Amino acid sequence: MKAPDTFWQFDKDISGCGVFGVIDRKKNLISGSMPISAMCTMHDRGNGLGGGFAAYGIYPHHADKYAFHLMCDDQTSLDKAEKVIKEFFDIAESQPIPTRKTPAIKNPPIVWRFFVTPRQVRPRWEHLDEADYVVSVVMHINKTVAGAFVFSSGKNMGAFKGVGFPEDIADFFRLDEYNAYIWTGHNRFPTNTPGWWGGAHPFTILDWAIVHNGEISSYGINKRYLCQHDYECTLMTDTEVVAYLLDLLIRKHGLSKRMASRVFAPPFWDEIDRMPEDERRACEALRMVYGSAMLNGPFAILVTDGKSMMGLNDRVKLRPLIVAEKDDMVFMSSEESSIREVCPELDRVWAPKAGEPVIVEVEA
Amino acid sequence: MPFKPISQKFTDFVIFRDDSRCINCEVCVRQCSYEAHYWDDTRQRVSFDSSKCTGCHRCAAQCPTSCLTIRRNPSEFRENAFWTPAFIKHIYKQSDTGGILLSGSGSPAEKPVYWDNLQLDASQVTNPSIDPLREPMELRTYLGAKPDIAAFEETAGTFRLKGEMPPQIRLEYPLMFAAMSFGSINFNLHKAMAQAATELGIVYNTGEGGLHPSLYGYGANTIVQVASGRFGVHKDYLNAGAAVEIKVGQGAKPGIGGHLPGEKIDEEVSRTRMVPLGSDAISPAPHHDIYSIEDLLQLIYAIKEATRYRVPVSVKIAAVHNAPAIASGIVRAGADIVVIDGFRGGTGAAPTMIRDNVGIPIELALAAVDNRLRDEGIRNHASLVVSGGMRCSADVVKAIALGADAVYIGTAALVAVGCTLCGRCYTGKCPWGIATNEARLKKRQNPDVAARRLANLIRAWGHEIQEMLGGMGLNSIESLRGNRDKLRGIGLNQVELDILGVKHAGR
Repeated sequence: MKAPDTFWQFDKDISGCGVFGVIDRKKNLISGSMPISAMCTMHDRGNGLGGGFAAYGIYPHHADKYAFHLMCDDQTSLDKAEKVIKEFFDIAESQPIPTRKTPAIKNPPIVWRFFVTPRQVRPRWEHLDEADYVVSVVMHINKTVAGAFVFSSGKNMGAFKGVGFPEDIADFFRLDEYNAYIWTGHNRFPTNTPGWWGGAHPFTILDWAIVHNGEISSYGINKRYLCQHDYECTLMTDTEVVAYLLDLLIRKHGLSKRMASRVFAPPFWDEIDRMPEDERRACEALRMVYGSAMLNGPFAILVTDGKSMMGLNDRVKLRPLIVAEKDDMVFMSSEESSIREVCPELDRVWAPKAGEPVIVEVEA
Repeated sequence: MPFKPISQKFTDFVIFRDDSRCINCEVCVRQCSYEAHYWDDTRQRVSFDSSKCTGCHRCAAQCPTSCLTIRRNPSEFRENAFWTPAFIKHIYKQSDTGGILLSGSGSPAEKPVYWDNLQLDASQVTNPSIDPLREPMELRTYLGAKPDIAAFEETAGTFRLKGEMPPQIRLEYPLMFAAMSFGSINFNLHKAMAQAATELGIVYNTGEGGLHPSLYGYGANTIVQVASGRFGVHKDYLNAGAAVEIKVGQGAKPGIGGHLPGEKIDEEVSRTRMVPLGSDAISPAPHHDIYSIEDLLQLIYAIKEATRYRVPVSVKIAAVHNAPAIASGIVRAGADIVVIDGFRGGTGAAPTMIRDNVGIPIELALAAVDNRLRDEGIRNHASLVVSGGMRCSADVVKAIALGADAVYIGTAALVAVGCTLCGRCYTGKCPWGIATNEARLKKRQNPDVAARRLANLIRAWGHEIQEMLGGMGLNSIESLRGNRDKLRGIGLNQVELDILGVKHAGR
């Protein structure tokens, strides 16, 4: 895609953060109160300018439909967005996302959800596969419908986020009433936020959700690389590039999560030079081809889809990430205290090495 | 003093000799190949003729008592902001001779240097800066075509690449020694570049004058060049290097060919270039088998066939107005590396008017070409190298941030071995022993000493690049490449910022 004319003038936000995630390998459902109380423990990692959660397994009755979560400035923008959605999708159900009034959350946008399936006869993008089609429509709405923003578009999952501390956001979205087999949570400490709800984490596209603690110093080139592959970064945060890169590398280029993690945090050349021939050639090729997709700078990210959770640090581990196991549950967090708060007795606790992903899959 | 035309009366430099310190040792007489110093038999002491001085400072550097000072001639024309002395002297010279004005080395004209209007970023608080003395800091760079997608096969505990990567040049620093032909500079420096490149894990470029038989052993660190004169080009030559470069244009003289005067064609140069001894070696302005882009494609593939697709093929053009479109065509024609050479790039000889007036600044050309290749989705299909105008490691860092994969340095390499940019390379009398094949002059360059100086320079720049990278919170050069967020403009207008794709400082 040709870069838009003012592409280079784009502003990026800078933030520090706390992250928490839990997955149950057997898909046993975990109440939302667990991630909420874990995030409460890490209250001081944020500054009240962004909090959010992603939950998988929350819409079992609509498991085969894309669940679009929208935030809209006003009724007009919601109406416009709905019109676009109707053009591209059949809407099975349309409803407000349940919320409760809380004193901490002021002037929330209108939050709405649609359960949709792509229309048989598509008005545009006929040649794309279904996933690309959904992505194209989401990007289309986010770019062209002023005041409306699709912040979640996966199946049987949803993101809930906004401006506030995570516990307040959870309260607002009534997350204690949801049960999920994967939860991630995020507490944000932006240093120059525009105070926009869409800028909070998690970032999602299709089933992918990402929560991220870090600053991606390679953002400038990651963004341009994505633009070459038709992803336009619009969200003023570097986490967005992680979401799009995952979509590109895993869904479109067919890399495994393990290989994608090697793109994000590649082994150093002196390690590569010592590898056996096959691996050495593979890593060389990986760095040559995907050098522009490498995430440089401090980060700890949790990446989830409906089947797995992956935790990854940058290759010199400049941000904290702790992993713990208890029975079928695996926790990943910025701080061990947040895990101990919700599960005091743990089978195993460890800090993964720099650049080494921890990938936990649910059992089929 | 014999009669001199007025063009030689208004000398550029004047020589000052401190007679209280001069011991009449005649070192200056022997060192100055332009005969500005001479033994005055009548007066029985050394004397000088300032009109012959090129300002190369060789005499001052070699004088054992430091009694020599070379200064700009303080005698001035009436001040005139329009008719500066350079233009006046040009006219005197041309009305003497009826000839084209000739210059050596890159354009010294006062024109914008965009490097100086770009500032780099550094980490503070929100991301830590990285100390290259304590943490890995990677500069390794591969030049060549890369596929858009890599596929891997993963089996228990291990993984391998499916298929093969196209051929690449591996560089331990994102720096290479630029094309300077054997003949324009002498064998000692070719040997020095070959040795230094081998020691450093980078490459040097032969230039258009062929490769001396004794340097074939350094082939893995050599790019062999094919220019319009096809000097020294044969099958073994093409297969000797790590890559083959087709030189279409040169930043210092876009649109014209080259001319190595017969005086510089000695036995060895003649043999290597495959031209008769003492005859002028003239490269035509265009390649006479490339009148269009489809012709270039044929030459690229002819070379790929001749080298059995083992090495990348590079195409070098001068930075001209339509560089982005031309570069796009070059990539689509199958080149693995595109080189853009800016108007500050050096030369052994170029018509002054062309050197100072043709071509565009490398910074703007680079930014525009990188944008264009990305917009067309073909940036991965070729590496982008720039040359012609990098004076220090910060210039290199800025070039990479604008989008270059690597940088060629020519003038900087010559300065490392003594060049003072006097700009008289075309005389063949370089007193520093660089742009000369005269036996008594070229021996002033010892290949081992020159190799050490070149290696020192690259290592020094390497350290500085690492420091700047670490300061920005990056630990690998690929995260800087094309990362224009790391740059901010100062004193640039909106159009310039727009072309460079860089925000103004403060934004």
